[in-house]
Amino acid sequence: MKSAKNLICLAALGTLIAAAILFWSRGEGIAAKEPYKIGAVFSITGGASLLGEPEKKTAEMIRDEINKQGGIDGHPLELVMYDDETDPTKCNLAVKKLNKKDEVPVIIGPSTSGTSLAVVGVAEEAQVPLISCAASYKIVTPVETHKWIFKVAGSDSHVVGKMFDYMKSKNVKKIGIMTVSDGFGASGREELLRLAPENGITIVADERYGPQDTDLSAQLTKIRSAQPDAIVNWSTGPTQVLAVKNWRDLGMDAIPLYQSHGFGNLKNIELAGKAAEGVILPLARVNIGNLLPDDHPQKKVIMEYTKSYEERYKEPVSSFGGHAWDSMYLAISALKAVGPDPAKIRDHIENTKDFVGQHGIFKMSPQDHNGLSKDDLEMVVVKDGKWALAK
Amino acid sequence: MGTDFLQYVISGITIGAIYAMVAIGYNIIYSVTEIINFAQGEFVMLGGLFAVFFAGTLHLPLYLAFICAVAVAGCLGLAMDRFIIGRARESSVLSLIIITIAVSILLKGSAMLAWGKDPYSLPAFSSGGPIMVAGAAIQPQALWITGICALVVIGLTLFFRKSVYGQAMLACANNPQAARLVGIPVRYMVFLSFILSAAIGAAAGVIITPVSMMEYERGALLGLKGFGAAAFGGLGQFFGALVAGLILGLAESFCAGYLSSGYKDAVALVLLLMVLFLKPEGLFGNREAARLKKF
Repeated sequence: MKSAKNLICLAALGTLIAAAILFWSRGEGIAAKEPYKIGAVFSITGGASLLGEPEKKTAEMIRDEINKQGGIDGHPLELVMYDDETDPTKCNLAVKKLNKKDEVPVIIGPSTSGTSLAVVGVAEEAQVPLISCAASYKIVTPVETHKWIFKVAGSDSHVVGKMFDYMKSKNVKKIGIMTVSDGFGASGREELLRLAPENGITIVADERYGPQDTDLSAQLTKIRSAQPDAIVNWSTGPTQVLAVKNWRDLGMDAIPLYQSHGFGNLKNIELAGKAAEGVILPLARVNIGNLLPDDHPQKKVIMEYTKSYEERYKEPVSSFGGHAWDSMYLAISALKAVGPDPAKIRDHIENTKDFVGQHGIFKMSPQDHNGLSKDDLEMVVVKDGKWALAK
Repeated sequence: MGTDFLQYVISGITIGAIYAMVAIGYNIIYSVTEIINFAQGEFVMLGGLFAVFFAGTLHLPLYLAFICAVAVAGCLGLAMDRFIIGRARESSVLSLIIITIAVSILLKGSAMLAWGKDPYSLPAFSSGGPIMVAGAAIQPQALWITGICALVVIGLTLFFRKSVYGQAMLACANNPQAARLVGIPVRYMVFLSFILSAAIGAAAGVIITPVSMMEYERGALLGLKGFGAAAFGGLGQFFGALVAGLILGLAESFCAGYLSSGYKDAVALVLLLMVLFLKPEGLFGNREAARLKKF
């Protein structure tokens, strides 16, 4: 009996001590600076998971790195992240939640143009800065009604502009274009048609096809009969590999094939195999860090990001992860400079000049909430199953 | 101009042969059970992806990968009937058709989990560049596709017309009760129809993967086009399916070539609608027989 009583006493004492330690350590936690929050909404699952997945991984990696270095001026960084499942309605709800419940001072994402356009109004009304990772120029224009919205992905007009510049240097005058009949292809087609006249390029064939098509020989044959100097294919997914295979099978190598930046994934070269040799495309520098000259201003940030991402996740970096890096560091540098005040963060981002990111050197201004230009892309060519800078 | 025309014909026939094979898959199950199996497109997708698994991951030779993929799909077809359709045997045909839609969603989702969302490719069956005929390029794989499709059509027609098993299978569709009375094991015939149709669908999937690649969501559209061809040719008609598949493939190819490729997918649906309005039993279907069927 006695020993049992002693045991209970001992247990009680132990509990007290444990509680005291817990309380004390909590107390110390309170004493540290309050965390800075960044809200994030990405399409981690659903149709655009190819975009959202690396974005989420990148954002988490940066959060851990910043916190390991002691946070932002001693404030730990807290990432409040939601998955919109590539659904505009869910994305809209997530942004409302980030604003009302989590009260974040800045939001990064969403991943796609569709989901981004669905939340522009919410962010504007709530007056919280939102840095989208999607490409459509409609996300940030007109600036008067998109005061709080920024985007870190280059526009299609940059890609087309860069491509046309290169074509002019190669003396290409007539092109045939083939675009996929989804949002990505339609937007690319619009820019190709719009920018061709001012660059002195004539579009002699304009073909469209479905994202599920299994054969593009008919479209390519039609383009060939129009005798263009080059072909531009604008799509994502399997059709862009199909275009390369059919182009090669039809023996059309004499007419160079240009692809959109959507082709910028080594997986596509792997799928197309030898057929991909010689395909030309504009690509963001984040994909080709190792090809950049050592004195290039972006070389350092890209190589550092590539190294830590590949070490941590054992997979190659992508353009999309690069967007998350750019948006995350834009938000972090604003938090560091002005603290967690939405209005001040907005002003700070808008006045950011020469921010060296993964996708270029951003020059934000009250007129331009993207800050990138066509010069932030490089023309690359597929050579021996890898990217090489196009001469 | 002549070269282009020839090129459109070639690509039309290649894709048409695929539609025909998918349509034949619908026809087999329909002939025996009157069920329209909307999971047919998914078997095409699974055939391609399993072939990628056997050839790419297990490094089997291509012909073995082809056989294994077709066999696995056949087993899946059997399992689909044994564990899912068979359990609801007493339900109406319409309910069974809706169940096949559920199965197709299930197969597609499982394929996405197993293979991810990336497309996969296979090496062509025979190496070598395209064969040039009067300036038009024929891929060697296109010859394989049309050849295998022709073999399947001839083989099945003989099977159903001449063999006892084929006749027995048809009897089950016409009158299951009477078939049972004369000693035909109806359950086995239904099993056989599901195995055959899944296997043929999978074979179609394997032979197009080198040309057009394969990913988890490819099945639905191929299934839809194949269904269009099946209805167009007359449900249950193998020769009809072949002709209708080729017409559909050629129509799409010419539409892409001479009109606009944007309307290409509409061609299949317009043809299907026209058939349903003007000749509901299909090109080669029998009006009297069609009237007796539930669908």
